[in-house]
Amino acid sequence: MMSALLARGDFWMPMQGAEGAWVVDWLFYFIFWVSLVFFIIIAGGMFWFMWRYRRRHEEHGPESNVSHNTALELTWTIIPTILLIPMFWWGFTGFMDARVAPNNAYDINVIAQKWSWRFVYPNNYDDNNLHVPAGVPIRLVMRSEDVIHSCYIPDFRVKRDVVPGRYSTLWFTAKGAQGRTTEHHLFCAEYCGTSHSDMKAKVIVHPSREDFDAWLANADPLKQLTPEQYEAYVKDPEGFIEELRKTDPDLAARLVTPVEHGRRLYEKKGCAQCHTITKDAPSRNGPTWWNVYGHKVLLRDGSSIADENYLRESIVNPGAKIVAGYDNIMGPQRVNDREIDALIAFIKTLRDDYQKP
Amino acid sequence: MSSYDAAAARGPDSAAAADNYLTHGRGLLSWALTLDHKRIGVMYMTGIIIFFLIGGLFALLVRTSLLIPQKNVPGGTPFIFSHDNYNLFFTLHGAIMVFIVIIPGIPAAMGNFVLPLMLGAKDVAFPRLNLTSWYLWLSGAALALLSIIMGGFDTGWTFYVPYSTDTTFAGVIPVLSGVFLLGFSSIFTGLNFIVTIHKLRPPEMGWFRMPLMLWATYATAVIQVLATPVLGITLLLLIVERAAGIGVFNPALGGDPVLYQHFFWFYSHPAVYIMILPAMGVMSELLSVFSRKHIFGYSFIAFSSVAIAIFGFLVWGHHMFVSGQSNLISTVFSFLTFSVAVPSAIKMFNWLATLYGGSISFRAPMIYALSFMWIFGIGGLTGLFLGTLAVDVHLHDTYFVVAHFHFVMAGTIFVFFGAVHYWWPKITGRMYNETLGNWGALLSVIGFNITFLAQFPLGTHGMPRRYYNYEEHYWIYHVVSTCGAYLAGIGFVLTVICLVQSLFRGRKAPANPWGGNTMEWYCPSPPPHHNFDHPPPVTDPYDFSGWKYDEKAGGYVRRSPAEIPAPASKGH
Amino acid sequence: MADIAATGGHAAAHELGHPSHVQHHFDTSAQQFEASKLGMWLFLGTEVLFFSGLFCAYTVYRFNHPEIFAYAHKSLSVFWGALNTIILIASSFTMALGVWCAQKSNRPGLVICLILTLAGAAGFMVIKAIEYNEKFQHGKLWGRLYQPAQHDDHAADDHAADAGAADAHAAASGAAHGSDARPTDPAHGAAAPAAGHGPSAAFQPERTSLAEPNQLPRGGVKLSTLTAGGHDKGHGGPKPADVHNEHIFYGIYFCLTGLHGLHVLAGMVVLSCVLVGAVQGRYHAGYYTPVDLGGLYWHLVDLIWIFLFPLLYLIH
Repeated sequence: MMSALLARGDFWMPMQGAEGAWVVDWLFYFIFWVSLVFFIIIAGGMFWFMWRYRRRHEEHGPESNVSHNTALELTWTIIPTILLIPMFWWGFTGFMDARVAPNNAYDINVIAQKWSWRFVYPNNYDDNNLHVPAGVPIRLVMRSEDVIHSCYIPDFRVKRDVVPGRYSTLWFTAKGAQGRTTEHHLFCAEYCGTSHSDMKAKVIVHPSREDFDAWLANADPLKQLTPEQYEAYVKDPEGFIEELRKTDPDLAARLVTPVEHGRRLYEKKGCAQCHTITKDAPSRNGPTWWNVYGHKVLLRDGSSIADENYLRESIVNPGAKIVAGYDNIMGPQRVNDREIDALIAFIKTLRDDYQKP
Repeated sequence: MSSYDAAAARGPDSAAAADNYLTHGRGLLSWALTLDHKRIGVMYMTGIIIFFLIGGLFALLVRTSLLIPQKNVPGGTPFIFSHDNYNLFFTLHGAIMVFIVIIPGIPAAMGNFVLPLMLGAKDVAFPRLNLTSWYLWLSGAALALLSIIMGGFDTGWTFYVPYSTDTTFAGVIPVLSGVFLLGFSSIFTGLNFIVTIHKLRPPEMGWFRMPLMLWATYATAVIQVLATPVLGITLLLLIVERAAGIGVFNPALGGDPVLYQHFFWFYSHPAVYIMILPAMGVMSELLSVFSRKHIFGYSFIAFSSVAIAIFGFLVWGHHMFVSGQSNLISTVFSFLTFSVAVPSAIKMFNWLATLYGGSISFRAPMIYALSFMWIFGIGGLTGLFLGTLAVDVHLHDTYFVVAHFHFVMAGTIFVFFGAVHYWWPKITGRMYNETLGNWGALLSVIGFNITFLAQFPLGTHGMPRRYYNYEEHYWIYHVVSTCGAYLAGIGFVLTVICLVQSLFRGRKAPANPWGGNTMEWYCPSPPPHHNFDHPPPVTDPYDFSGWKYDEKAGGYVRRSPAEIPAPASKGH
Repeated sequence: MADIAATGGHAAAHELGHPSHVQHHFDTSAQQFEASKLGMWLFLGTEVLFFSGLFCAYTVYRFNHPEIFAYAHKSLSVFWGALNTIILIASSFTMALGVWCAQKSNRPGLVICLILTLAGAAGFMVIKAIEYNEKFQHGKLWGRLYQPAQHDDHAADDHAADAGAADAHAAASGAAHGSDARPTDPAHGAAAPAAGHGPSAAFQPERTSLAEPNQLPRGGVKLSTLTAGGHDKGHGGPKPADVHNEHIFYGIYFCLTGLHGLHVLAGMVVLSCVLVGAVQGRYHAGYYTPVDLGGLYWHLVDLIWIFLFPLLYLIH
């Protein structure tokens, strides 16, 4: 793996995985060679003088006592100044090109949180790895759930901080390879705590837009099931996944039960901040989910039976029915239908008399 | 003039027999309550070296942990550290080295000792304030260490919000308070030095007859006074943000985390120059004395110090090219950043020209000084990559940055040790073992270079900083880097052994062991409590023709006026 | 800063011909006075810079969210603020008078002036305490603790009942919910970056200001830390619909006035020390450095308030 990755780059730079990468590399080498020349002048001069003018005995005096030479000093003020101007200018133009995405860019939403990446595609499928088609300008619209992260793809020479409370964007056009997918590393470059170094993902470049679209259409594991399989899954998700593990372990690993999905959403969407899910947990700002499903709920004005419709309404429009003793402090949640199903499935398990179907 | 010739001629024995600042009052209390700038300087120096060793030990632990990639893979075990402890220790290493060691390193320790001596003054302008600074430093440093027991802190030395307001480590507020105190220590030291240079300079010493060390110290003091209050208020706001949630920085409360970064770097970039400028001042002294040659281009060096101090205030935004500041602001900061490169280049070339035609002696301070040329050459030139917008996007927050700033900041550490060796005879009255000193210098410099040169390709290949786990293809560089770190560690330990050993075994130091012509060499080693009975004559600090080597004294003594050759011609 | 205002406690060190108040490392009284004065001015400079961080935060937020300031400042009492301004200006005047007395070796005059100045300072702090107390009672506090008492917001109640506006200001969904209140779908994502407004199209794609009003997450006030029931109505007074996060104003208000209050207290300590010296008769026309420097410090404290008063109380 080591040699494989290094072989594709050179001593200084990793492989150029995106179309704009050469600009960075070219500029890097320009500065590198200019710096090297300066460094050789300084270090070489230093070593030469060190040898040539070494003190031979304590009384050995200096050969020269020249204390200034304005023309010389002006020279080494002005020449570096002149050399710095193109560095700045090319750095600036390269930067602007890398910042301004073309209008036809393909948008992928990115959600960073401790310590994982979620890439949300236009069809609302989300994945922990970033899949992109080669040759198509991709724009990542990124936001953070918690602290500052930074999306960094070394092979593409792009990086952008993901700051909570605002969107940041980043764009690139992956090069890819003919007829096969290529993989690149994606790191979190802004320190974000315990598992900062494990907050990474793979960028998987599909050879063409068609290939990518085909992947995306089938990316949702549920969509890969035949209608019969899907029916079996809906009836008994756990049993179905267990069965599938024997024949198609990859697909099985990607499938989760709705209950498990709901539990993850409970953590991920921040429900846990206000709602408890165990019997004796002390009350928080929102009503507990324990023993709510199927029970009568006392509201500010009246009461209601907590069935599926009640739960759904409480998620998408929490202000409609306020539980007595609580305030209307929860905002409407942006969740899709399958997520709502999963949350309801999860809530259904949170009761005394729950029995596995 | 004659009394100095006499004092120097008396030789080390008579000087040591007389009352000096070390013997002037005995007992712990006479040190704890001293107002003597020399004793305060010695206390700083001791404290800073101890903290340097602690910070260095943490660095070695961190580097050792990095020997193993992919520590989290199934079946893998934590090596040396868990994730959290790794984060704790790299944070501690950074915070200790930056705030406790390097920032006060040369100004507070060396500056305190030599600044009044170089001015021919009896003390700094405000001795009690000086002692206050020392105690602020001590309490700040103690709080930073105590914070480990009080829960630790894993925020990185930059304390970025909202991580620092959210983290579950409980030691964040203690360490922030510690750094706050350290900041005020730094402000008061800077204020003291500015007033001392303005008001206690002998009337005959015009600005352009000051040693360059004083120019650099002055420029540093100006930055300390102007920039550090902003750090103070930033840390205060951060403490209040974490403790009470005022919502100025925390995005969860509607605040702006990037505002914090602006505030932080408004101090912390100039702080880089607080670290490097005094080192540049010492460099001018060392190179000139050990080449026995007038410094080349005095006024260019002096003005470039001031230019660096001024430009240093205008470039903080280059730490935030990828953080979400606008492209216009990034462009302006990139442009200004290049402007700092020019005065740094001027200094480098002037130092090089100082070596030309000199009589170069490879004593330990000179080895450190020449190493600085090499190290700062690399540190400064790699800064160009990071100032260039397009390239910085790739290199930001990678090991390239880590290597770059270590080459700059550790340059200061090496000059600090150069300064310690240079003034050690003056400070302690003892000569250190030359062989041991040279070996310590060489090993630490070579080890340091191996450590951080290996990190440049690591960074360009995309290894982010502050990573506990890493991909296997980065492994070999980490192994090289860690080996270098051990070598440097051995070098630094040798250096400290050399210094400590000299206290017990070192021969008595002459008043002027190196042939320097700044005023501190006119008083005996160690200096008496009041420094000078009468101020020494103000001469060109880089005219060494008035001193000759005296075998018997083991150092330099003044020539009689008849022996002094006619002033060398200046310029071509 | 005891050092800068050094008194002649250095008797052992001074040499022949040194007046008792001149420390050993100064040659003349004038040199010591000039050094002290320069030191004090530098110190005052650092104080100004210390406050400038807060003024900068004030400017950034006021520029980006003028509506917060326009709305929230109304809860401050211009009467108390103006009274405090008058008190501080008067105390600055008595202080200047005190320095003049010291220069004239007028000891009783100096003592009276210092006492008057200290009285002014104390009066200022009492009024500040009254104002703070009022804020605490109404829950008009910073960030996490911002929780205006119920009686000021009937109008808001109706507003809150409207579920459609719930996300706009039913603030208390907690930090975690704050993120959910933000738009997550691609359409919103695409819209957000367009909010940048650089000088030309080339500079355009991302935000330019430090804090963009419409991109701030809403809400996020953690009530659980405050009261068991978490009864919160979100805001105080009839509030315009576009005002969110008005607690930021109070955060800045408390930071600025709190820090200034600490400086007033420090000034009172300094002036008390000077007063002790004055009572003992240490100052005279030949040596009044501590009075002069204490006075400078007091004028700075006064000056900062003169900036704070219009910035916080008189917003239009």
